[in-house]
Amino acid sequence: MAESANAAQAPSQRTDEVMIELRGVHKWYDKFHVLRDINLTVTKGERIVVCGPSGSGKSTMIRCINRLEEHQQGQIIVDGTELTSDLKQIEHIRKEVGMVFQHFNLFPHITVLENCVLAPMWVRKMPRKEAEEIAMNYLGRVKIPDQAMKYPGQLSGGQQQRVAIARSLCMNPRIMLFDEPTSALDPEMIKEVLDVMVELAESGMTMICVTHEMGFAKTVADRVIFMDRGEIIEQNEPHEFFNNPQNERTKLFLSQILNH
Amino acid sequence: MAEFVPHPELPPPASSVGVVGWMRRNLFSGWLNSLLTVVALYLVVTALPPLLNWAFFSADFVGESRDACDSGGACWVFVNARFSTFMYGFYPAAQAWRVDLIFGTLLLLMSPLFFTGFRYKLQLGGFILFVYPWIAFGLMHGGLLGLPVVETAKWGGLSLTLLLAAVGCIAALPLGVLLALGRRSTDMPVVQTMCVVFIEFWRGVPLITVLFMSSVMLPLFLPEGVSFDKLLRALIGITLFQSAYMAEVVRGGLQAIPKGQYEAADALGLGYWRKMGLIILPQALKIVIPGIVNTFIALFKDTTLVIIVGLLEILGMVQNALNDPNWLGFSTEGYVFTAFVFWIFCFSMSRYSQWLERKLHTGHKR
Ligand SMILES: Nc1ncnc2c1ncn2[C@@H]1O[C@H](COP(=O)(O)OP(=O)(O)OP(=O)(O)O)[C@@H](O)[C@H]1O
Ligand SMILES: [Mg+2]
Repeated sequence: MAESANAAQAPSQRTDEVMIELRGVHKWYDKFHVLRDINLTVTKGERIVVCGPSGSGKSTMIRCINRLEEHQQGQIIVDGTELTSDLKQIEHIRKEVGMVFQHFNLFPHITVLENCVLAPMWVRKMPRKEAEEIAMNYLGRVKIPDQAMKYPGQLSGGQQQRVAIARSLCMNPRIMLFDEPTSALDPEMIKEVLDVMVELAESGMTMICVTHEMGFAKTVADRVIFMDRGEIIEQNEPHEFFNNPQNERTKLFLSQILNH
Repeated sequence: MAEFVPHPELPPPASSVGVVGWMRRNLFSGWLNSLLTVVALYLVVTALPPLLNWAFFSADFVGESRDACDSGGACWVFVNARFSTFMYGFYPAAQAWRVDLIFGTLLLLMSPLFFTGFRYKLQLGGFILFVYPWIAFGLMHGGLLGLPVVETAKWGGLSLTLLLAAVGCIAALPLGVLLALGRRSTDMPVVQTMCVVFIEFWRGVPLITVLFMSSVMLPLFLPEGVSFDKLLRALIGITLFQSAYMAEVVRGGLQAIPKGQYEAADALGLGYWRKMGLIILPQALKIVIPGIVNTFIALFKDTTLVIIVGLLEILGMVQNALNDPNWLGFSTEGYVFTAFVFWIFCFSMSRYSQWLERKLHTGHKR
């Protein structure tokens, strides 16, 4: 049985090169202890799925990785650079780390194509022509090249989320973070976004993905992480994680989301 | 089998379309509405004919002196005779072409900005904002290229009004944007406090005291012999005053932008100034166009206050003309004329802002 589950999995392209390392990370919102002693190492090409109950600190953890939130204790090292309050290093890391949000956060005042070329042109100083070629290539890969001249508000939720993924990829990041990319979507649009994410995973991208799409976790994840109350409670490869959870809270959580 | 006969297309009932339908919907939709319609109609019928009569039918338009005004209506001869001083103040009549040239060129330069297809908008806008003011000042003031000097004390009338308003608007907007950004920069408490103090100080005092202080108090603090141009002092006072208001308008727009927009820009590594300039401000300023134009209109009308420091813009020139013994007693005509000029400009600004809002609305608000 273990063999058949593994056969369904996309081939892993992980190596031993460490891309992200969190060492003893703590974070507080005022007095509220959101992250408690988080330790996590992600190697190049590894695909991680993070799950856990609402309010457990999943978003906070991945937002610390590109410094949308500041951690107060411990070390976060991304692609060899440690995150400190040094603005230069923060901007350097943000160039290498793409992020996709639950609510897409496309820029509504410019077209889809402009959304995609903006950062490459202004941050990577790429000439417009080259940036547009790359953008059209990625829009093709997420299967909406014909929407390039539209404004985000003229697209469906699923299309917007695919644009958001393309926009991040245009920066040619080495790491992609996803924060519940499908939870604001109608059921019929979830698949089109997941398909794009699966394809991205197969291309060898290092990914951390907060999601409750357990099907996605089973097919692409190298490791599933379960968080509760600011701690990593359990982590394992997906087959073991779903079939043989060790911790009581993991079992409870899995029974809730798998049998709803 | 019965043949299918489509239901004939019927015209809508007469009471719901055409003039009758319109009147029913808009004027007589209920007893309160009907009552208001009747009252409004009564007011229009009683007030409009005498007004039209005074302003047009029994008014005098041509003539040389007050003797030409014998028809009993408005005496527009007064406005006619003093028209050039209302426009140019004490600017020498022989040099008035310079003023015409400045404003004519400005209109010409600005006209391509209103077309959607023009490609060099940014360059042209930059030229108008940063280069043209110096050319205009050189032309207006003279002293180069053989143009006789006309000191700022002689500038006046509508041209002064427009100058004060234009400089006030153009300088106050960027200053206001910076102040608004400063006020929201929670991670730089010193900058934030300075911006808050600045804004609250200038918002807390009336413009008239600002102008008064700039002309009466400022010289007391300056060393002996150093003197600022009166017009320059008024311009600085107006700009600082308006920038505080502008800052609050812009801040309202910044607050309306969802947090996700800031985060998406951050996540792409745009950095503070690019995030603001490319993502946040374009959206925020669009939201607050009505507020910005409102501030511009208020500023345009506030320029009349410079009379307190002895600068005579259009209202000042009209009042000045009213003191002329030859034209005593025509204050109604003078003030109606001034009001009309102000209305034309303010109404145009208002219409332009509505047009701009429609143009920039791409129907893509989530
Ligand atoms: N800016 C903030 N200030 C104060 N508390 C916050 C802030 N952001 C999040 N929190 C709190 O921190 C905790 C963790 O939030 P987080 O968004 O990381 O949870 P999550 O695991 O992503 O939950 P969800 O599945 O609902 O997205 C929550 O209890 C939340 O109320
Ligand atoms: Mg979350």
